[in-house]
Amino acid sequence: MPPTAVGPAERDAERSDRFGRIGLSLTVLGLLLHTAGVVCRGFAASRVPWGSMYEFAITGSLAAAVAYIVLVRRYSARWLGLLVTVVLVTLLGVAMIVLYRPVAPLTAALHSYWLVIHVSAAAIAGGAFTLGALVSVLFLLRSRLEAKAAANPELPRPGFLWRTPSAEAIDRVAYRVHAFAFPLWTFAVLAGAIWAQYAWSRFWGWDPKEVWAFITWVAYAAYLHARATAGWQGRAAAYVALVGFATFLFNFVGINLLGSGLHAYSGL
Amino acid sequence: MRTALVLLFLLAVAAVPGSIIPQEQVDPSAVAAFRNRHPDLAPVFDRLGMFSVYSSIWFSAIYLLLMLSLVGCFIPRLRVYARALAARPPRAPRNLARLPAYDTWQTPEPVDTAAERAAQLLRAQRRRVEVYRASADGEGAEVVVSAEKGYVREAGNLLFHFALLVVLVGVAVTSLFGFRGGASVVVGEGFSNTLIQYDDFTPRARFDPSSLAPFSFTVEDFDVSWQRTGPGAGTPVAFNAALSVRERPDSPPYDYDLRVNSPLDVDGTSVFLVGHGYAPDVTVRDGHGDVAYSGPVIFLPQDSSFVSFGVIKVPDAAPTQLAFEGYFFPTAALSPQGQPYSAFPDADNPVLSLIAYRGDLGLDSGAPQSVYVLDKDRLQRFTTPGGNPRALLLEEGDTAKLAGGAGSITFNGYSRWVKLQISESPGTVIPLAGVVLAIVGLLGSLFVRPRRTWVRCRSTGGRTVVEAAALDRVSGGDPAAHVAEVASALRPAAPRPAHQLPDIQEVRR
Ligand code: HEM
Repeated sequence: MPPTAVGPAERDAERSDRFGRIGLSLTVLGLLLHTAGVVCRGFAASRVPWGSMYEFAITGSLAAAVAYIVLVRRYSARWLGLLVTVVLVTLLGVAMIVLYRPVAPLTAALHSYWLVIHVSAAAIAGGAFTLGALVSVLFLLRSRLEAKAAANPELPRPGFLWRTPSAEAIDRVAYRVHAFAFPLWTFAVLAGAIWAQYAWSRFWGWDPKEVWAFITWVAYAAYLHARATAGWQGRAAAYVALVGFATFLFNFVGINLLGSGLHAYSGL
Repeated sequence: MRTALVLLFLLAVAAVPGSIIPQEQVDPSAVAAFRNRHPDLAPVFDRLGMFSVYSSIWFSAIYLLLMLSLVGCFIPRLRVYARALAARPPRAPRNLARLPAYDTWQTPEPVDTAAERAAQLLRAQRRRVEVYRASADGEGAEVVVSAEKGYVREAGNLLFHFALLVVLVGVAVTSLFGFRGGASVVVGEGFSNTLIQYDDFTPRARFDPSSLAPFSFTVEDFDVSWQRTGPGAGTPVAFNAALSVRERPDSPPYDYDLRVNSPLDVDGTSVFLVGHGYAPDVTVRDGHGDVAYSGPVIFLPQDSSFVSFGVIKVPDAAPTQLAFEGYFFPTAALSPQGQPYSAFPDADNPVLSLIAYRGDLGLDSGAPQSVYVLDKDRLQRFTTPGGNPRALLLEEGDTAKLAGGAGSITFNGYSRWVKLQISESPGTVIPLAGVVLAIVGLLGSLFVRPRRTWVRCRSTGGRTVVEAAALDRVSGGDPAAHVAEVASALRPAAPRPAHQLPDIQEVRR
């Protein structure tokens, strides 16, 4: 071994950094292609590309991908990459295979600039909620690992999870993502109410879609409260955030497929 | 906080059943269907308020408790906040090194100069700054600069919670005043805003009928187009109604293009285009050969193909009253089983299929009757000469004679009609303004991070030891970066190992 050789730990770190950079570059490439796809869909339909479940899914996952890149730039959150790319690729696959529908014109009720305002806010908030849920999952895994390591200091420390930041740091990122998404979601619901006044002659009618938007809102408000409530910080709050995300997903998948209601735009 | 958390959970859970069980306010016909399907369950659900969850006692109880706990939280916190605003930034804890972000260094400056520079720096960062002089000059002299920032957070938080109260009060107010009603108007006909012109009318608790705005309008024209090809064929692409509106009986009319998403607003009353349908135009002659009825009759669309059901009552027919019941097919086609259906919502091949009745329509009893339902108790159905019941199938221009010289019916063509929703909802700006305030408050409460900073300068052995520390009052911030920034601004030069500390001359240069 030459005298200037680095130790195995440094070599390992360097190697993992190199692969990390390659992974990030590929993610950015994927993001560009994804953006191109969404833009092309918009041109094909001659309107904003969020008029059906397929279109909402590709736009929302684009928002999640962009949010991930923002996190990487601001908080060096490359450790999130594995989870984000796996989930986004799955989501896009489901969108392509299950949700895909050719371009179709919008029903008359959707001809409104509120489509742009309300749905884009909902898609961006949805993308951020998705990312927030992933960060929360990682936080739960990491904090369990830390608890185990604290009980048993002899524990070997290889593996992906030991390369992530401390649970506390992950929790901070989770909070910031949710703190960004929650006001935006509030705004999306408000914009929806105003649109409903124009389209359906009432602001709020407890349509199933509206009910679940409300439930999602309350669940994330509970998350923010949990973080400020003694005994609920940390893991309990993270579980509340995941409940919030489950209600969001149910609204998107469950209500669109099962429910009737006025929000009949799924295209399926 | 714990109470609020529990109540928030309860509210979320309580909202769920209303999205699964049909709701009276949302879809009354779905509720009726549910009652038919589950005769055992329905009475239980009735008792629990499951068909109107969002106005049920238990749902209201949860959000009222939530609001109560909000007021209970709000008032003491307002007092605490007022005190905090008036207070000076607090003195430093004894041991700054124990705070989450800490740094220390030495400087040749005198204690006062170092403290003054620290105070200037922190003031320039728009922090509230207080300088505490702990002891006399000379050896052991100590000055502590305390700074605090982020008062807006709590203000935003208070604003947010207050705004939720505004939303709730606003919703309560809007449920007291105004009304909501529906009217169906055939193209070419008019509507004037009086109670008798409404098909249905729901006043709110404090509505005053004499306050109805005295406007009227005529539906001059109605355009509808459907997507004709591709995967979305049959989707309505656009519909709009051309109205001629008079705000008052004596004011000049003006034109308004009424569309979905673009309601007409007259004096605070809004008119929405919510639906449309076909009104077959028929002429009915009675047994004497006289015209007993002529004109369009509103048929109700049954599905997205616009197969429409309707009833034609002819009380003026003599010697016996006549009635017809049946379907209008805008684009009639025959299924392989020989059943007629509509292949497209637009009127490409309109066909009317009717069953004819004669007898007593029962209109004289005085009991109110729906125009869409035929009371068949005292009616007999016309049959073919062989005695079989038969539907009359009419294309545009066709006339069908009724058996036994009882009369005839002619299908002249069709008109369209529009379904309008008319409502007055004073006070809706209150809850809307509440939500906007809530978002503003939320941004303050989520993105402002209160932070306390202390810089302690103490003279020791001819030098000044400076300690800087910061404490965030909420998690999520990075106080260490802030302390590093303060340190790099105040520290004399690049840090070196202690044995190489520069002498005073070097620093002053
Ligand atoms: C519909 C009901 C409510 C909603 C949607 C709501 C929402 C929120 C939100 C979004 C925050 C910001 C969280 C943060 O600063 O980290 C917050 C903070 C807070 N809420 Fe509420 N809240 C509600 C009811 C209540 C009630 C009833 C109470 C009183 C028991 C309460 C007490 C607090 C307190 C003390 C904070 C400050 C937490 C902190 O400083 O971080 N909230 N609330």
